[in-house]
Amino acid sequence: MGQLHINHDKVDHKLMRELIELCPFNAIEESNGKLDINAGCKMCRLCVKQGKGAIELLEDTEIEKIDKELWKGLTVYVDHFAGEIHPVTLELIGKAKELAKVTKHPVQAIIMGYNVKPLAEELLHYGVDQVHLYEDEELEHFKIENYTGVFESYIDEIKPSSVLVGATTLGRSLAPRVAARFRTGLTADCTILEMKKNSDLIQIRPAFGGNIMAQIVTENHRPQFCTVRNKIFDAPVRSETKSGEIISHDVDKSKLISKINVRNIFKKEKESCISDAEVIVAVGRALKKESDMDMMQEFADLLGGRLACTRPLIESGWMDCKTQIGLSGRTVKPKIIFACGIHGAVQFTAGMENSDTIVAINTDENAPIFNVAHWGVVGDMYQIIPELMEKIKTGRDIISAGKE
Amino acid sequence: MKIAVCVKQVPGNSDVQVDPDTGVLLRDGVDSKVNPYDLYALETALKIKEEKGSEIGIISMGPPQAKEVIRESFMMGADEGILLSDRRFAGADVLATSYTLAQGIKALGNIDLIICGKQTTDGDTAQVGPEMAEYLAIPHIANVSRLLEIGEEYITVEADMGETIEVQDIPYPCLITVEKGIYTPRLPSYKRKFAAMQKDIKVMSLDDLPDKKEFMYGLKGSPTQVERIFNPEKSEDRETITGSSVEIAEELYKRMKEYKFA
Repeated sequence: MGQLHINHDKVDHKLMRELIELCPFNAIEESNGKLDINAGCKMCRLCVKQGKGAIELLEDTEIEKIDKELWKGLTVYVDHFAGEIHPVTLELIGKAKELAKVTKHPVQAIIMGYNVKPLAEELLHYGVDQVHLYEDEELEHFKIENYTGVFESYIDEIKPSSVLVGATTLGRSLAPRVAARFRTGLTADCTILEMKKNSDLIQIRPAFGGNIMAQIVTENHRPQFCTVRNKIFDAPVRSETKSGEIISHDVDKSKLISKINVRNIFKKEKESCISDAEVIVAVGRALKKESDMDMMQEFADLLGGRLACTRPLIESGWMDCKTQIGLSGRTVKPKIIFACGIHGAVQFTAGMENSDTIVAINTDENAPIFNVAHWGVVGDMYQIIPELMEKIKTGRDIISAGKE
Repeated sequence: MKIAVCVKQVPGNSDVQVDPDTGVLLRDGVDSKVNPYDLYALETALKIKEEKGSEIGIISMGPPQAKEVIRESFMMGADEGILLSDRRFAGADVLATSYTLAQGIKALGNIDLIICGKQTTDGDTAQVGPEMAEYLAIPHIANVSRLLEIGEEYITVEADMGETIEVQDIPYPCLITVEKGIYTPRLPSYKRKFAAMQKDIKVMSLDDLPDKKEFMYGLKGSPTQVERIFNPEKSEDRETITGSSVEIAEELYKRMKEYKFA
């Protein structure tokens, strides 16, 4: 906390211009011949560090410190739909267990809904200390005021130090609402979480469009809220035996005030849109015949991804033009893209080079696709893809056998 | 019906880097633009206006130059605009930003419907909408992908919940955040440009807001603090995987497992 103070006597014309240039947010400006800081300031304190003493940070002294000892526990919000726990919930439980080792706090799960006891039971296989269960017919559908109200009761009673919520559509709607009710901090889409001994949660997330990481703390407020996307952390291995306890809470009916009316819920049709896909299998001219598409489609399905292609396959009529990547097609930015038998012309790579991980499989080791690939594979996709699919299937059989 | 649309001025170029030696933020150019997601919110409001004859107020928070985004909103068809600008708003995190905007909405008065874009391109948190709704004690629905009916008492929408679509009625006053693609935003009209330049933009400082307690705003009203900023570790390394097909498949599988794709 604190505020910026300008020592005007230290600011000459040259320094003024330097400072105005320095601020990445254009928050330092000249007004009536004097330096001023405007509302664009993000308090990055760069001007304090680089300003040669012209700008100082004045710490507030009167802030009352909260007693962090009163807040104990890492709570994971259990996201579920149609009787299934969202995978991000288990990933957060895994992370919470890790973080709890530092502070020796309990790991709690909060689950609300209707007829969700079996899910609460299931959670006991993942090493949580407590599952707090709120069941009511009115909680069957997600209505923001009702869910916020129940969450509020929980926090008032249990006083968790940190609350971890999956950055699902529901989580992104619920977490800010609850955080605002408690006038506390929330950090969205954290990619790294660490714990300090004093129970401050270190929250690291990409900022300013993703090119920079910001490390964020909520030093003087509890609980500390954060959201985390799917597939960032590891889910713990399901244990055969149960541990921990289920604590059933009465739902305070006065919290169930929502006048939102849920008319209908229907499953979304899987769109053929490749722009939002997280996994893409792209095929190119090296595909020999149309029926070979089946193998590539199977590979894409196996990964839960979408099949896409380069322009020659559109021209041959083997694929729909909505699935074309490149300058004359769509731009994609999946977490992983497999460029199979694609030469890698700039017209194609322009539409996919920002993908997180690019895997290129091509027999020609000089193909330009290898200039953009993170994992370059010189080889024949007709041999490698079937082998790879075998490995993935075998791996999954082992996992599902372990569950039974 | 009175509609408020929240609009933010964001950097035109999101390519920011940290100088590894000095820790200085390097940002190319000083271009700024309307947060693209907000254009969908404004277009949604304009569609309602066309159908119901509503009045549209724009609300934005930022430095004085953020007036530009309000002017652009006028050129698209908005009726009035408020810019919340005050040095005491500086350093605001999600909570303080939401509080400030909610105060601005209160100052605007008698709003039936607030429409926000899904998120911004610079903050990317998608949290300001829901937090504002909480401060205003009104219901909200996020990720609205379609408007089905603009009723007298409520609005019927389709919300995209990821795996499902939910059809919901939400009573006024309420807040919705809209998905990109709900409607295609129109271009600013150059016919309206002259009128837009003449139109008054109300600039409000903390002293103009209903709640004048300074500790609710800016850095003081922000529970979260940025401890440090740094460059992400980029896996710019380009690796080549070689061997027999079996060996390659083995190595790819190992990596995919590590990255949770298999």
